[in-house]
Amino acid sequence: MNEIRELYQEVILDHNRRPRNFGPLPEATSQAEGYNPLCGDKVSVFVSLQGDFIKDIHFTGSGCAISQASASLMTEAVKGKSIAEAKEILESFHQMVTDEKCANCKAEELEVLAGVKEYPIRIKCATLAWHTLASALEKGAHA
Amino acid sequence: MNTETMSRTNSQSTFKALDVNKIRADFPILDQQVRGKDLVYLDNAASTQKPNSVIQSIRDYYEQDHANVHRGVHTLSQRATQKFDDARAKIQKYLGAAKPQEIIFTKGCTEAINLVASSWGRANLKAGDLVLLSNLEHHANIVPWQIVTEATGAKIEVIPIDDDGNILMDEYEKLLSERVKFVSVVHISNALGTINPIKEIAAKAHAVGAKVLADGAQATAHLKIDVQDLGVDFYTLSGHKLYGPTGVGALYGKEDLLDKMPPYQSGGDMITTVSFTATTFADLPNKFEPGTPPIAGFIALGAAIDYVNEIGLEAIDAYEADLTDYAVQQLSEIKNFRLVGKPDDRAAIVSFLVGDIHPHDIGTVLDSEGVAIRAGHHCCMPLMERLGVPATARASFAIYNTHQEVDHLVNSLRKLEEIFE
Repeated sequence: MNEIRELYQEVILDHNRRPRNFGPLPEATSQAEGYNPLCGDKVSVFVSLQGDFIKDIHFTGSGCAISQASASLMTEAVKGKSIAEAKEILESFHQMVTDEKCANCKAEELEVLAGVKEYPIRIKCATLAWHTLASALEKGAHA
Repeated sequence: MNTETMSRTNSQSTFKALDVNKIRADFPILDQQVRGKDLVYLDNAASTQKPNSVIQSIRDYYEQDHANVHRGVHTLSQRATQKFDDARAKIQKYLGAAKPQEIIFTKGCTEAINLVASSWGRANLKAGDLVLLSNLEHHANIVPWQIVTEATGAKIEVIPIDDDGNILMDEYEKLLSERVKFVSVVHISNALGTINPIKEIAAKAHAVGAKVLADGAQATAHLKIDVQDLGVDFYTLSGHKLYGPTGVGALYGKEDLLDKMPPYQSGGDMITTVSFTATTFADLPNKFEPGTPPIAGFIALGAAIDYVNEIGLEAIDAYEADLTDYAVQQLSEIKNFRLVGKPDDRAAIVSFLVGDIHPHDIGTVLDSEGVAIRAGHHCCMPLMERLGVPATARASFAIYNTHQEVDHLVNSLRKLEEIFE
């Protein structure tokens, strides 16, 4: 029961119940869709880029608590950050949920998602929104 | 076990009730802990576990009898061939087929359906023809037909279901016409557990001259199958859902139909003579079995059939029906529990949701309690769409599951409430 509590922490359940920055973003300069055919999780990420900065970010989608909470936490972590900073956070997040050690972790509020490591099949739920963000930023850079 | 409540089974029959503790002792994998809890394996519709006799048959074969089949004049090859052919005869009897050559060895149901769609379909379908599939189908009984209808100009029509997951027979009848050339329907729905009235479906299809395939992936471990009584033209069997190994299965086809069908794949072992200008194909079943097959796998599937026969399908059906009724009843006590699919006739499968908790979260919480279930769309995306759910949680039972395990499932689901409130 402790391990499962570790995964479904209050912060995660709260972000799942009341996702932040949820809904479309009309002024988005770039967007991308992510889909996990294995479980049907869907997420769309909208970013409004101003120069090198993520001025605003929203997401929509449906899926399990882990995927929705991860997307919500992600929007909070990268909003107002530079693209380079966002990519660093993305990298350290990815390392945190896949590696045993999390040396480069800068975004500490994301550590609530570290419990997913114990459930390897669920790592993709946690990383779906982040991959989608990466492709939205990629598209934005070429826009 | 309460034998009073058995469904589908003739109460006058005198089978011996199965001894679940004795059966559990035959399955070594069950005796382990997962995340510190006794394993409760309820993902049998995805794949069943293997009894000692099946595991041992693979070991015995490789230790004593292995050689290639149908080729050597030497003793080992003859021994391997004998055992391989014995396995075919066991499957033939198990499905009630008239002749052993009506059993084609395949990788499983997916390949069996692909064989029929590709071989029968390309030879017989033309523009304007219709193929009927039900709304309950697994992707394996949809996609092969999409490919062949696209290639031939035929069209797929979908037999609708009601909200409980039963095929609407009157709608089915309305769809039937001379244009319908093939009807391909699942025997037991892997997602909802619906047992379809295959005999009636086949009779109505034949009345308009259509051929019929029943996908038996979920049926052969639970129901006594008699393909001749069902009246189907084709029937599919999956080895690993029947306590056998993965990668082996079978297609039953009526001899006259299989005879006229062109080869599906080609190569060695499926020919009579080959020159660079022409090839004469071998007789059934070899025509459809090119290459060296998983010999040990088919022999082990024969051992699995022996195992099931020894327990008896009547006893299995009665036990599982009782266990499934108990599960539905106990699960329904859980707060915000919702059954997905309430088929009139249900096999050992229960699909459900709890409140608005995503099935993957249900699956992970249950895993932390040692309980293995399936969560997802069950390769039935059109069905999920029809029912208006993205996914479901699914518990599916086998001969080794107990009422105590159902209790553990129910107690574990109550923990969801604590976590998700």
